[in-house]
Amino acid sequence: MMIADSKRTPLTFDSVEPESGLRAALAMGRADIIGEIGASNLRGRGGAGFPTGTKWNLAAAARVRAGGAKYVVCNADEGEPGTFKDRVLLAAHADMVFEGMTIAARAIGAAIGILYLRSEYVYLRPHLEAVLARRRDEHLLGADIGGLAGFTFDIHVHMGAGAYVCGEETALIESLEGYRGEPRNRPPFPVDTGFQGQPTVVNNVETFAWVVCILSRGAGWFKATGTGKSAGYKLLSVSGDCREPGVYEAPLGLTVAELLARVGGEGAKAVQVGGASGVCVPASEFGRRIAFEDASTGGSIIVIGPDRDMLAVARNFMEFFVEESCGQCTPCRAGNAKLLEGVERLERGECSTGHLQELLALAETMQLASKCGLGQSSSNAFVSIVRHFRNEIMGRALAH
Amino acid sequence: MLVGQQQRLQDDIREIVAQLGRDRSALIPVLQELQKRHATVSDFAMQVVADELGLHPAEVYGVTSFYAFLRQPAQGRFVFRLCRTLSCEFEGKSRVARQLENDLGIGFGQATPDGRFGLEWASCLGLCDQGPALLVNERVYTRVTPERVHEIIDECRRTFGAHARQAGHSQVEGGLS
Ligand SMILES: Cc1cc2nc3c(=O)[nH]c(=O)nc-3n(C[C@H](O)[C@H](O)[C@H](O)COP(=O)(O)O)c2cc1C
Ligand code: SF4
Ligand code: FES
Repeated sequence: MMIADSKRTPLTFDSVEPESGLRAALAMGRADIIGEIGASNLRGRGGAGFPTGTKWNLAAAARVRAGGAKYVVCNADEGEPGTFKDRVLLAAHADMVFEGMTIAARAIGAAIGILYLRSEYVYLRPHLEAVLARRRDEHLLGADIGGLAGFTFDIHVHMGAGAYVCGEETALIESLEGYRGEPRNRPPFPVDTGFQGQPTVVNNVETFAWVVCILSRGAGWFKATGTGKSAGYKLLSVSGDCREPGVYEAPLGLTVAELLARVGGEGAKAVQVGGASGVCVPASEFGRRIAFEDASTGGSIIVIGPDRDMLAVARNFMEFFVEESCGQCTPCRAGNAKLLEGVERLERGECSTGHLQELLALAETMQLASKCGLGQSSSNAFVSIVRHFRNEIMGRALAH
Repeated sequence: MLVGQQQRLQDDIREIVAQLGRDRSALIPVLQELQKRHATVSDFAMQVVADELGLHPAEVYGVTSFYAFLRQPAQGRFVFRLCRTLSCEFEGKSRVARQLENDLGIGFGQATPDGRFGLEWASCLGLCDQGPALLVNERVYTRVTPERVHEIIDECRRTFGAHARQAGHSQVEGGLS
């Protein structure tokens, strides 16, 4: 199995000819572009894994409201703990990301593109602005792109202001519009009622880059890698207790063990797949696959070494969610604080078995009753740590 | 605040708004630019921004208080944001935190009395393979050790003044330097 290390081995993105995807798209009809993306089985790389072709189809069919335009938004909020592959992509392959956004604009009929960049990445902005300026000079943005009469599209960068929840697409749109980043009820979905109430496609940075590769090389090429439900390659950001942390490109469906062998993390006790909102996979389950249908991730892989305290891991994640919950709905606002309190009780060795059961029931309620993905997934790590490491975390002595 | 200072701030805000627009969607960019120039978004500044954009001041306050990078209780010329998320914890962020507190003489969520330095926790900075990670204004420091803290603070002291807010050379691997 080929797992490429971005520091030493070329990635697919290095070998795809610049602008070959856009050139192919401009020679196709709109429906055919979307058809090709649909046929590739590309699913969103930001975490939720929604089929990209389906999303574009809905946005293409949606009607623009009076005087407005459709939008293409690139989600570069990359806030999931342990994820940094979008930063590397934007630094090394910004052209390809913008090329992918331009293809999306052509496919759905959008006139304006926005890259929502997390404020933590502000140092990337001068580079991104320079790439955009050059693309305008080269007529890859602006009016009559690539010589195609009437195809007008431009992209600007909009900075985030430090809020993990703004990676959620409706919160992101609220933030773009100048409001607090509080997620909206869905439906309506952004493809119908997005930025300024107009049809809007929101995709992850990496998703746009794969769009370019697919149009350049064909849906069949993409689908030939991965599993039936998880086509293609995925960028993985690997950190934690391993010898070679960094960004890797791997075929979806690889096992946790295969990845650990590649990154020098063989002795691990557990691996957190999918960041703080993902699941904790114990060593006994390292045969599990990294794929949408099994251990799913937007790119975050955190290796947890044999000497780590799993309760400290749970505490770190719960503190993260208490800090980052937008506070709009009670299950998430109160629930995360309660779970953190529970972790503290466990640390003090004061948590009864009955109380632990109550915490697990609360976690289930949060998953079911929270308004957005943050509250629906914030208890995943806690629940999986309790499930797999119950013996380690219970009955602690006070002095621990 | 002195009347002259207030007038200057007001003029500055008008200039920023003239540049970025009066749409609601300009609100956050306006606040960000304001903060960049003045290191802080004061109650008075929020009032002026509200007037300029035709909003209720409570709306502006609501937005400012929502975002970690605008809220910033520790408002200083140089805001140190140390990542406290798991991978940086594994790499020893607690010892870096302690040294920052010792060398700056303040705790997290505080600013030095001279208004030069603020100290804040940050959620994952997206540099997890190079932790502990530290963001100082628009500059990034990776693999920070307690020993290096002093040097980083010194670097800020040296650049204090006209160029203080300019993005420095960040040392990100696999990123841009
Ligand atoms: C709390 C939360 C945070 C999210 N953060 C991000 C993010 O940083 N980047 C991202 O691309 N998607 C993020 N998402 C997923 C987005 O809502 C959305 O599904 C995604 O941007 C769609 O793009 P894709 O289909 O190309 O993945 C987040 C979702 C939730 C619930
Ligand atoms: S689940 Fe949490 S983050 Fe999402 S809307 Fe509710 S309070 Fe906000
Ligand atoms: S955990 Fe510190 S930068 Fe990601």
